[in-house]
Amino acid sequence: MSAPFRLEGGGRIDRTRTLHFTFDGKPYAGFAGDTLASALLANGVHLVGRSFKYHRPRGIVAAGSDEPNALVSVGSGPRFTPNLRATQVELHDGLVAQSQNHWPSVNFDLGALNDLFSPLFPAGFYYKTFMWPKSAWKRFYEPKIRAMAGLGHAPTLPDPDSYAQRYAHCDALIIGAGPAGIAAALAAEAHGARVILCDEEAELGGSLLAERKGIIEGKDASAWLADAVAKLRQSPKVRWLSRTTAFGYFPHNMLGLAERMTDHLAAPADGRPRERLWQVRAKEVVLATGALERPLVFPDNDRPGIMLAGAARQYLTRYAVKPGSRAVVATAHDEAYRAALELAAASVEIAAIVDIRQDMPGPWAARARAAGLRVLPSTTLCATSGRHRVSRVEIAPCGSDGKIGARSRLDCDLVLMCGGFTPTIHLFSQARGKLRFAEKLNAFLPDGGAENLRCAGACRGIFGLESAIADGVAAGEAAARDAVGGRVEAVHAPVPLSEDGGGGRLEPLPNHRSPHRVKAFVDFQNDVTAKDVKLAVREGFRSIEHIKRYTTTGMATDQGKTSNMNALGIAASALDKPLPTVGLTTFRMPYTPVTFGAFAGSARGELFDPVRVTSTHEWAKVKGAVFEDVGQWKRARYFPVKGEDMQRAVARECQAVRQSVGLFDGSTLGKIEIVGPDAAEFMNRIYVNPWTKLEPGRCRYGVMLREDGSILDDGVVGRLAADRFHVTTTTGGAVQVLNHMEDFLQTEWSGLDCWLTSTTEQWAVIAVQGPESRKVLERLVEDIDLSSAAMPHMSVRQGHICGVPTRLFRVSFTGELGFEINVPADYGRAIWEAVFDAGFSRRITPYGTEAMHVMRAEKGYIIVGQDTDGTVTADDVGLSWAIGKAKKDFVGKRSLARPAMTDADRKQLVGLLPENPELVLEEGAQIVADRQSAIGQKMIGRKMMGEKMIGHVTSSYFSVALGRGIALAMVAGGRRRMGETLCVPMPEGVIKAVVTNPVFLDPEGKRLDA
Amino acid sequence: MLLIDCPFCGKRPELEFRYGGEAHIARPDDPSEFGDKAWGQFLYGRSNQRGMHAERWRHVHGCGRFFNALRDTTNDRFAATYKIGEERPALPEAQGAVEA
Repeated sequence: MSAPFRLEGGGRIDRTRTLHFTFDGKPYAGFAGDTLASALLANGVHLVGRSFKYHRPRGIVAAGSDEPNALVSVGSGPRFTPNLRATQVELHDGLVAQSQNHWPSVNFDLGALNDLFSPLFPAGFYYKTFMWPKSAWKRFYEPKIRAMAGLGHAPTLPDPDSYAQRYAHCDALIIGAGPAGIAAALAAEAHGARVILCDEEAELGGSLLAERKGIIEGKDASAWLADAVAKLRQSPKVRWLSRTTAFGYFPHNMLGLAERMTDHLAAPADGRPRERLWQVRAKEVVLATGALERPLVFPDNDRPGIMLAGAARQYLTRYAVKPGSRAVVATAHDEAYRAALELAAASVEIAAIVDIRQDMPGPWAARARAAGLRVLPSTTLCATSGRHRVSRVEIAPCGSDGKIGARSRLDCDLVLMCGGFTPTIHLFSQARGKLRFAEKLNAFLPDGGAENLRCAGACRGIFGLESAIADGVAAGEAAARDAVGGRVEAVHAPVPLSEDGGGGRLEPLPNHRSPHRVKAFVDFQNDVTAKDVKLAVREGFRSIEHIKRYTTTGMATDQGKTSNMNALGIAASALDKPLPTVGLTTFRMPYTPVTFGAFAGSARGELFDPVRVTSTHEWAKVKGAVFEDVGQWKRARYFPVKGEDMQRAVARECQAVRQSVGLFDGSTLGKIEIVGPDAAEFMNRIYVNPWTKLEPGRCRYGVMLREDGSILDDGVVGRLAADRFHVTTTTGGAVQVLNHMEDFLQTEWSGLDCWLTSTTEQWAVIAVQGPESRKVLERLVEDIDLSSAAMPHMSVRQGHICGVPTRLFRVSFTGELGFEINVPADYGRAIWEAVFDAGFSRRITPYGTEAMHVMRAEKGYIIVGQDTDGTVTADDVGLSWAIGKAKKDFVGKRSLARPAMTDADRKQLVGLLPENPELVLEEGAQIVADRQSAIGQKMIGRKMMGEKMIGHVTSSYFSVALGRGIALAMVAGGRRRMGETLCVPMPEGVIKAVVTNPVFLDPEGKRLDA
Repeated sequence: MLLIDCPFCGKRPELEFRYGGEAHIARPDDPSEFGDKAWGQFLYGRSNQRGMHAERWRHVHGCGRFFNALRDTTNDRFAATYKIGEERPALPEAQGAVEA
């Protein structure tokens, strides 16, 4: 099968391997080495998609990652991938591709009505039009607009592929394997550097892949390239990565590279990752990222068949594809002449070369004329026509004053445009490099930076093959010298910058039509025209960053590769300011889109986030426990029996603890061992409580503050010996508490002689709570007297349980007589089961975190982080009794004396009892003082956040023990409101509740000694 | 990702560290002598340097030690890292800009 636009010979394709593919369901054929774009062009397909906003027919503009238009969806089922650039999709046998953004088809798209109504859709149109009613934006306008615009559809099935991640170090990382990059890699390698060379294309070579006549070091360019690549492949010091995009430049020469490993294969080998994310730390970096050709801005410059001159050259020489039969070349730069001459040599008819410039200083115009081409200086391209493909253009003479002469028409099926070249400085800018505007080149060039990097070749304005090679050699040598040191003797100097290469044009081509009626595109991908940029300026936008966001130029996946400089040029002249003072917008990573898969790597599914389980986890699972996530921990929330729901299970568990005995896994509590001669002094300084007089064998409830006076954490502390404390923290606070303690010990009180060790994972903690708890434990504990006289509430003993060493605490978070058994974690499950068996006759009941929460709330015990936030002091929650009044200082003490901390109207912890005992208030519900303000708030709807809000509910449950709903709340001046009825406005109506003491059950604490 | 030279362990990637705020803000020996304004300044007043900034880091996933560092906030280059209790090193000369 021969494609109609494929040349007989030439190109870097393998004609022995025919590949079959479909585009929009139609079968085509191409060759190995083709991209989807080149194969489509070989088959004469130019219309490949519809534009983002106006749904205009669009074709292929570029030949590489700068392609703004030809975004396609590739693959099917779970491997369906939207928004790939057809210019980067390598052809493989069986490839299935679809065009995007149209309905019902790319040839007939109803969305194109947008184009007819386009006067209604200027820049910022969404913000202006869909303003009323406000509520409709979220519900109606935004979803509709998103469905209408948007690009491809997201895949809906889970990704079946795996993704790998690697770290690497090297002396010199070279980005871009064009002439400058390859020369730099060879030079760096020759001088002893370990080199990584990466390039986004399948083949190394960059512009050399489309080089026909160049001679390098006396060799034909393609022969030089083959030799160079062979040399690099053989060197053990060089790692070369093709199909690898350097997408981000991070501090200290850390670069992110995305390597595409299987997308180009018809059938990926099993187990091979689809992509690999490299994180490379390079001693030196050489950016040889080249330059991108700019489109010209003229009316209707977006029709299929209008492409960059350099892209046309690439299709011709690299893929042996004729992009058309009769071409008009529109240019403001010499480079287009080269394309015209090469196309003419391949028997593409050149209707005319239309050059907006008056003088063409270089040799190219003369060469074109000598070859018989029609060269028209001082001429503009002022209109194009053709529905799905350009078929005719209008040209006219145009003086430097912008006046248009008599127009004439040229028939054609191809328009080549060249507005000049924009150095690719994305990575350099990400590295926080400084830029300088080179007037003659009309380009921003690298000018000193923050990282160990250097630029070589076109990305720093060095154009021309010979210069690029010499510049690459100099950069490679210098990188090797700086990375590996003294072994490089003679380093070539970088090539001096000549700014005579021609700057091209940054303004629209003049035309005869009313500027209001003309669509001359600046950003093809985001459908932004010159008119839109000017409108933004007229409407008062001055900063280029604001203009960018208002018009959306240079946004999204394109990152302004082809559009940035044209948009800037138009904005600068509309603002009447010199271009460098308007400045460039910030370049963001990624350079081209990177898949989420590459970033996630193996961190998905079970490996997404580590899961921490306690020693009784499997036991609880077998018992049918329902778990909840607490940080990374899995904790049993309740243990339903015979189809119970949570409410019933929790009621039963609470009752068991209050009436008999319950069993609870508290192993997730943070635990820190504090040991040393100064341990007590350290405790005195870090906690609000006094510790000096606490006798070994006794416990104390400790509260610690941040230096600003707010509660950081709490927990029971046991003193095991004069110089040894067993500290517990909340489950979620363990890490930050240790960090807080280490901070003070290491940086403020480094003279204190004590040590802090996290023992959270070392101890399993089994809480045995309830009036029968002592009787259960007595049968198991060997050498500890559990009687009230020998072991009072808040004491700790060391001994053995079932032969296992234990630290046994007599403590209670339920208000009942209770013990907490600490045993080495490996024994946790065995001891748990022994206790469970020993309590069998007393109907011992395992309970979960939900019952624990209810019971502690019945006792008014706070949970730090639930009942408190970063503003709450010890006094606010009624814990001033814990503060050691005699202590001169502790962390947070001074802050407690600040005026705001002693205000009588601060929110204070109170109990709330809903008037209707059946009701359970909602946690987080707001509280107001009286019904009047509650109703008022309801009526004014969104003004709910008015000044009448006096507090909020922090904890709320149904208490079986009390037979009613109870709540803890933080209420302004709450302690003087005891007995007052407050209102909780809810969507269904206002709920009244009475303020009470937060201790609802057994305020005297008699049950602790039951 | 920053490459941070822990004075105890050597160069390690930023992921191993936890930032600790501005350095050399010593807690007074007797905070009760501080007036409200001075105490507020101690709690919240920070220099927010543009340029060389003395700051604390903790090698939390390594040796666990706190240390101080001098970092240029305009380009993230570390001029020095040093142990807690050591004097802030005299400012080194500005490091040369790279060739573009």
